[in-house]
Amino acid sequence: MSFLVVQNLTKEYPLGLLGKEKLKAVDDVSFEIERSKIVSLIGESGSGKTTIGKLVLRLLKPTSGRIVFDGKDVFSLRKEELRDYYRRVQGVFQDPFSSFNPIYKIDRVFDMVFEEFLPEVKASERKARIEQVLVSVGLNPSQILGKYPHQLSGGQLQRILIARILLLDVELLVADEIISMLDASTRVDVLNLLGDLKKRGMSVIFITHDLSLGYYISDEALIMYRGSIVEMGDTEKVFRNPVHPYTRMLLESVPEVGKKWDLRERFTPELIGGDSASCKYYDRCPIRERHCRTAHLQMVEVEENHKVLCLKAGA
Amino acid sequence: MTRKEFAYFFLRNKKVIFAMCVLGFLTFLAVVGPYISPYKDPLAFVGLGYQPPSKQHWLGTNTFGQDIFTQLVHGLRTSLFVGLVGGSLATVIGLLIGFVAGYRGGWIDELLMMFTNILMVIPTLALLIIIAAYLPYRGIFIQSLIIGFTAWPWTARAVRAQALSLKTREFVDLARITARRPLKIIFGEIMPNMMSYVFMVFILQFGGAILAATGLDFIGLGPTRGMSLGIMLQQATLWNAIQLGMWWWAITPGAVITLIVATLYIMNTGLDEIFNPKLREM
Repeated sequence: MSFLVVQNLTKEYPLGLLGKEKLKAVDDVSFEIERSKIVSLIGESGSGKTTIGKLVLRLLKPTSGRIVFDGKDVFSLRKEELRDYYRRVQGVFQDPFSSFNPIYKIDRVFDMVFEEFLPEVKASERKARIEQVLVSVGLNPSQILGKYPHQLSGGQLQRILIARILLLDVELLVADEIISMLDASTRVDVLNLLGDLKKRGMSVIFITHDLSLGYYISDEALIMYRGSIVEMGDTEKVFRNPVHPYTRMLLESVPEVGKKWDLRERFTPELIGGDSASCKYYDRCPIRERHCRTAHLQMVEVEENHKVLCLKAGA
Repeated sequence: MTRKEFAYFFLRNKKVIFAMCVLGFLTFLAVVGPYISPYKDPLAFVGLGYQPPSKQHWLGTNTFGQDIFTQLVHGLRTSLFVGLVGGSLATVIGLLIGFVAGYRGGWIDELLMMFTNILMVIPTLALLIIIAAYLPYRGIFIQSLIIGFTAWPWTARAVRAQALSLKTREFVDLARITARRPLKIIFGEIMPNMMSYVFMVFILQFGGAILAATGLDFIGLGPTRGMSLGIMLQQATLWNAIQLGMWWWAITPGAVITLIVATLYIMNTGLDEIFNPKLREM
């Protein structure tokens, strides 16, 4: 059962002095998320994946389109409904250093959660619960509590933010590049923690540029290119049988241990301003044909639960 | 920065300590001076003219036999008052306008910044002259208001830039997804990060207001009653104090103004070192 439905979501930013030109950060994106599923949003920087995360967290207003959570349009929520939404939908941001207010002790992020969502919990119990969640993300509470953000490392801060989520019974987590700040040994711990949470019924939107992470953890994968989803479906199917030329290029460009880089390999870089074709990947596409420039694009189902935005799919 | 850390760096910074001592002494003089001076009225003719500093007249007398020390301590009071009121007013207006413009953005920002820019290009001194000339009676309070209402634009611009950068930090987003109310976010998350900057702006505005008031006094648009350092300077020039060799009349008020403003600047650089760890001398 899908409990988060994103329909035709578009976010435009005005460009230039008069704002006549528009930058489409997110362009007509639709997808659904089911309970207890991890969905990874994969794409290069600037592909709009973070923007989608911020839209789901209601931090930005969409230009058009809807996000429906549990039957209600997220952008029509007011006051108590909104508080309830945030009790169930939470996020961890990309940059742990700027996620903490530098002038306060880190305890404050936990205190705020209790003040806003769990005011009935008594002070003595609060401390016990904070220590418990810190331990569960692999931190030693006595080394963390009472410290200022600049006294801790990026990985520690990131895990504190994950611990903060654990105080609430979150149903949907927007995790924006949460692993990139962690070193290899703690990465696996955090990934496994996400896996545990999934078993308890939490869904995750896992935003990443790292294909292998996306593959490791997610049930479904959405591949984004310049604001559009170009390929989506079961992670296994998307990675085993990539159809869109962009997905193929991404998978080929992952360095592998035990395989030397072929220097003759050439990738066409992204062109700036090459936006006239109806297919956004037209300029870089190795299999393009003339009619790709003008034809109307639609998501095509190549197999069950595996869709792709390419005219030549299946060909 | 913890309070303890702040106190540590505060007490170790020689510039700040020096500035605090000088300003403390000047404030003490302004508050107590009128009582320890043997003469009550700075405008009263209390002795012979042209007297150099002596036991009766600690800083001598002017052409008319008025006591310079008495004038100086009263003038100091006026200057510090103008600095405090004018500087606070300019800081508060600049902070409000700049913050609203930066935080709300959109057309409110456009409108407020247009207003700010217009005020910025109007030459302040010309504006001050016109306003001051229209008022038949001018006290130091009115003068402070005029200065305060014209000195805020650059503060507004700087505060706007700060608000723009702070509001996009992720800790603000984190507070938003913790369902914090907007006002709590403004006063709990954003404002505290600006306080060190605002404090330094206030010190600069304080000095700026004193200088602006001196300028007005010097061209004869100062308070119509009372005494100020600028009026002393003006009178000394008008009555040829320099040509007559009355250095105690000509130099003293200017030296005190310079001392106040220079001390404020030293204080500012010192505070900068305290708030900004990269500038600290280790």
